Amino acid sequence: MSDHELRVSKIRDGTVIDHVEGGQALNVLAILGIDGSEGLGVSVGMNVPSDRLGRKDLVKVEGRELSQSEVDVLSLIAPEATINIIREFEVVEKNRVTRPDRVVGVLSCPNRNCITNADEPVDTRFEVVADGVRCDYCSTVLRSDIADHIDV
Amino acid sequence: MRQDHLITATQLSRDDIEAVLDRAREVAADPEAYAGRHAGTMLALCFFEPSTRTRMSFDAAAQRLGIDTIDMGDVDSSSVSKGESLADTVRVIEGYADSIVLRHPSEGAATLAAEFVDVPVINAGDGAGQHPSQTLLDLHTIRENHGLDDLTVGIMGDLKYGRTVHSLATALTNFDARQHFISPESLRLPRSVRFDLHETGAQVREHDDLEAVLPELDVLYVTRIQKERFPDENEYHRVAGEYRIDADTLDAAPDDLTVMHPLPRVDEIAPDVDDTEHARYFEQAHNGIPVRMALLDTLLENAEAAEGMEVDR
Ligand SMILES: [Zn+2]
Repeated sequence: MSDHELRVSKIRDGTVIDHVEGGQALNVLAILGIDGSEGLGVSVGMNVPSDRLGRKDLVKVEGRELSQSEVDVLSLIAPEATINIIREFEVVEKNRVTRPDRVVGVLSCPNRNCITNADEPVDTRFEVVADGVRCDYCSTVLRSDIADHIDV
Repeated sequence: MRQDHLITATQLSRDDIEAVLDRAREVAADPEAYAGRHAGTMLALCFFEPSTRTRMSFDAAAQRLGIDTIDMGDVDSSSVSKGESLADTVRVIEGYADSIVLRHPSEGAATLAAEFVDVPVINAGDGAGQHPSQTLLDLHTIRENHGLDDLTVGIMGDLKYGRTVHSLATALTNFDARQHFISPESLRLPRSVRFDLHETGAQVREHDDLEAVLPELDVLYVTRIQKERFPDENEYHRVAGEYRIDADTLDAAPDDLTVMHPLPRVDEIAPDVDDTEHARYFEQAHNGIPVRMALLDTLLENAEAAEGMEVDR
C-alpha cells in the first residue's frame, strides 16, 4: 500500500475532490455544507505532495454527488480541482471544475445594506471576476473571503 | 442610449452620455420645443428616503415635458413600514405609471426594481451606491464650462459613502480624465469603485489634502462629510475642518477653476466662495432640469421604440 492510500482510504460510492489548493479543504467542506452532522463518511487529506500544485488537499465524501451550483462555487476557491464520481469503488466520471460567469443563489452578499439582504424575492447573483466575485446588485467585491459567505 | 433604464453610471458609454447631454443642450436652448412632448404619460416618484431637491427636480423636469407625476409620499406613511417588499411595491406602481424614479436606502435597490418591471426605472440614489442622473447633470455642467476632454478633476470629501462621487468617478473614465481623490483616510473610495476605475485603466491619485493638487485642477467637486460617519464628535470636527474651502483657499487655484457641489452644502464651502468666478454649484443644480428632461425624453423614447418592436414581432 502506497503512502497516498494510507492517508485517505478508498470509498465505495461518492465524490473525490482532488487537486484542491493546499489549505482549502475545510472551505470545500463548508461549501458543501458538510460539518459531520449529516452522518456522511468524510475523509480529508491536507498538504499531500502533488506534482501539479506542490502540496494539495483532497476531500472524499461517501454517498454524496455534487450539484452544479456546488461545483461552480468550488471552482472559485479551488480552480485546479478535479471532481471524481465514484461508484462501486470505480471512478465513473472525472471532471475539471470550470469557472462560471456567474454564481447564482449560493453566496450571500457581505454588504449588510445590500438589497439582497432585505427579504426580497431574489437570489443573490455574483459575477465571477479576475480575483473574486462581485455582487450584481450592489457591486461589492468579494475576494479571499468567499468561503465565509456561502449560503447553501 | 439604447437601454431604457438608468441604474448605474457604469452602464453609460461616452456615446450614451454625449447623446443625453446634446439633447440637454437643445432643451436648454429651446425648452418650448419640448413642452408637452410626453403629454398623457405618468411618472411615479418613489422616494424611500427623504429628499426634497432631487424629487422636485424630477417633478419639474417631468411637468415641463407634459408628464404628470404621482408621488408615493413620505416613507413612514407608505407600505414600506408594513414590510412590503420593494419587488411588490414597484410591480404595483408599474400599473399606475409609465416610468419610475426610485430612491432607496439599500444598495442595489434600483437594479432589483428594474428586474421586476417593464417601464423605465431611473435610479435617483441607492444607499451608498450610485446616483447617475446627478452625474449627467454634473457632466453637463463640466462640459458647458470646460468641455469633457483633457480634464483634471479633484473630488473631495466623503468618497466612501458619497454616491454622487461613485457615479461621477466611473463616468469620467469614459473621457480619460485625470482624477484626484482628496479625503481623510477613513473615507477613501470603496473597493467596488476602485475596481471599476482599475478595470478601465483610469488615471487615479489619492491625497490627504487639497493643497498640492489644487493648482492643477480644472474642476473641484466638493461633497459633504457627515457627522454620523465618525464615532466621536471631536474627531468629526477636526477631520471635516480640513476639507472645507473658502475664498482664501482658492487663491492658489487656476483662474478658470470650476467649483461644484451636489448640494445641499452645510459649511464645506464658505459663503464667500459664492461671489467668486469659481462657484458653479447653483448653475449645476439648475442644470438638473434640462438634463433630467433630456434623460426622461430619451428613456421614454427608447421604451416606446422597444414596445413597437415587440408588436412587430
Ligand atoms: Zn450585494
